[in-house]
Amino acid sequence: MNQEQQDNLQNAQEQGVRQKIARMDEVILLDFWVSMFGMRVRIALAEKGIKYEYKEEDLRNKSVLLLQMNPIHKKIPVLIHNGKPISESLIIVQYVDEVWNEKAPLLPSDPYQRAQARFWADFIDKKMYDAGRNVWTTKGEEQEAAKKEFLGNLKLLETELGNKPYFGGDSFGFVDIALIGFSCWFHAYETFGNFSIEAECPKLIAWAKRCMEKESVSKSLADEKKVYEFVSRMRNKLGIE
Amino acid sequence: MSKDGKLLLLDFWASPFCARVKIALEEKGQKYEQSEENLFGGKSELLLKSNPIHKKVPVIFHNGKPILESSIIVEYIDETWPSPPLLPSCPYEKAQAKFWADYIDKKVFEVGGNIWRNTSGEVQEEAVKEFIEILKQLEEALGDKDFFGGKAFGYVDILAIPLTSWFLAFEKFGGFKVEDHVPKFSAWIKRCLQRETVSKVYPDPEKVYEFVGNFRKMNGIE
Repeated sequence: MNQEQQDNLQNAQEQGVRQKIARMDEVILLDFWVSMFGMRVRIALAEKGIKYEYKEEDLRNKSVLLLQMNPIHKKIPVLIHNGKPISESLIIVQYVDEVWNEKAPLLPSDPYQRAQARFWADFIDKKMYDAGRNVWTTKGEEQEAAKKEFLGNLKLLETELGNKPYFGGDSFGFVDIALIGFSCWFHAYETFGNFSIEAECPKLIAWAKRCMEKESVSKSLADEKKVYEFVSRMRNKLGIE
Repeated sequence: MSKDGKLLLLDFWASPFCARVKIALEEKGQKYEQSEENLFGGKSELLLKSNPIHKKVPVIFHNGKPILESSIIVEYIDETWPSPPLLPSCPYEKAQAKFWADYIDKKVFEVGGNIWRNTSGEVQEEAVKEFIEILKQLEEALGDKDFFGGKAFGYVDILAIPLTSWFLAFEKFGGFKVEDHVPKFSAWIKRCLQRETVSKVYPDPEKVYEFVGNFRKMNGIE
C-alpha cells in the first residue's frame, strides 16, 4: 500500500470511529406537539435526563422516516434509538425505563405493584382518549352521554389515586406519566362540553397541578390554550357546530 | 409477596385469554386452582368484586391478591417465576415482543369477531379480508423463525396461540381456510400445539365452533 492509500485508509477509519461515537446513544423522537401520547415519551426522556432530537410530524403529510419506522400503525410517537424504532407510547416508556435504569425509576420494582401500574395505564389507554374525543365531537344527548362516561372514568382514577400524592405513591411514575398529558386537554374538553372537571374531580385536578410543578412535565405538555385552538380547528374541519 | 403462595384462576373454558394464563403457569411448572365462571348464567361475586371495572376473566389471585388483564398477568408470572424466561431480557427485543403482543390484542379477536358476528355478505367479506391481512402481517413478523421469540417458545407465542382455537369457527362462518393464505403461520400453530403446556389447556376448536354457533342462534345471527 502506498502513502496515499495509507492516508486514505487512516482517514476512513478515523471518520468511522467519529461517526460511531457520534451515533452512540442517538435518540430521536417522532412526535406531534398536541399528542398526549407523545407527551408521555417526552416526560420519560426528561425524567431520565436523556438528550434527544425532537422531530415534529405533520400528520396530514407523514414523513418517509415515520412510515419506515412504524409501517404497521404509521403513528406517533416513535422513538428511534441508535437507528432502531420503538412504537406505542407505553411500550416506549417501559423501554426507556429499562435502558436508562440508573436514575428515576418509572415503574415499581415489585412484580405485583408493576402489574397494578400496568393495569391502570391500560385502563387509561382503553378509555380516556375515546371518551374525551366523544366529548368534543358530539352534541346534545350524545354529548351528555360522552361527558358522563368521561367523568365516570376520571372518578375511577381519582378513587385509585386516593390520598397519595401520585399514582405511584410518593414518587411520580408510570401511571402518572400515562395520564398527565390529558390534563392539558381538559380546558378544551370543558369548554366544548360545557362542564367543569374540577367541580367533579377536585383531587385529580390537584394531582395534575402537583405534576405540573415538575419540570419534566411542564416542559413536555402543550399549552392548554393552544390545545383549545387546535381542537377548535379540528371541529371546524369535521363540520361540528 | 411469597412466590410460593396459592394461585387461583377465575376461568372460562372457551376463553383464549384464560388459556394464555394457563399456558404461562404450565410453562413455569406452577400449580394452580381453577374456578369456572358461568359468563352467561351469572358472573360470580368473586369475579365482580375482584374485577369491578371490566368484569372479565381471567382474574388470577396470588396470595389472595388479584391481577387482571391476560397480557399483564403473563408478564407478572414471568417476573415472579423467572425460569424459563418468556420475555427476552434485551430491552429492545422485549419492546418488539410487547409491540406484537399489543398488535395481536388490538386486532385478532376483534376482527375475527366481525366475521362470526355477521351473516354472509359484504360486511363479513370485508372482515375476512382484514383478518387474512392481519395473519399475513403476523406471518411476516414470524419469518423463518420457529417461534415469534426465535428458537424458544415465549411471550408472543403464548398470547397468540390460544386465539387460534377460535379459527375453526371464523373459517366455517366466514367460508375460508387460514392454511390457504398463511402456510408458515399454520405451521407455527401446529408447532405450538406439539407442546404439552399448550395442548393441555387449548380450547377444543370443535367445541368453540359449537359454542359460537349457539351464541349466534341466541342472538338471531344466521
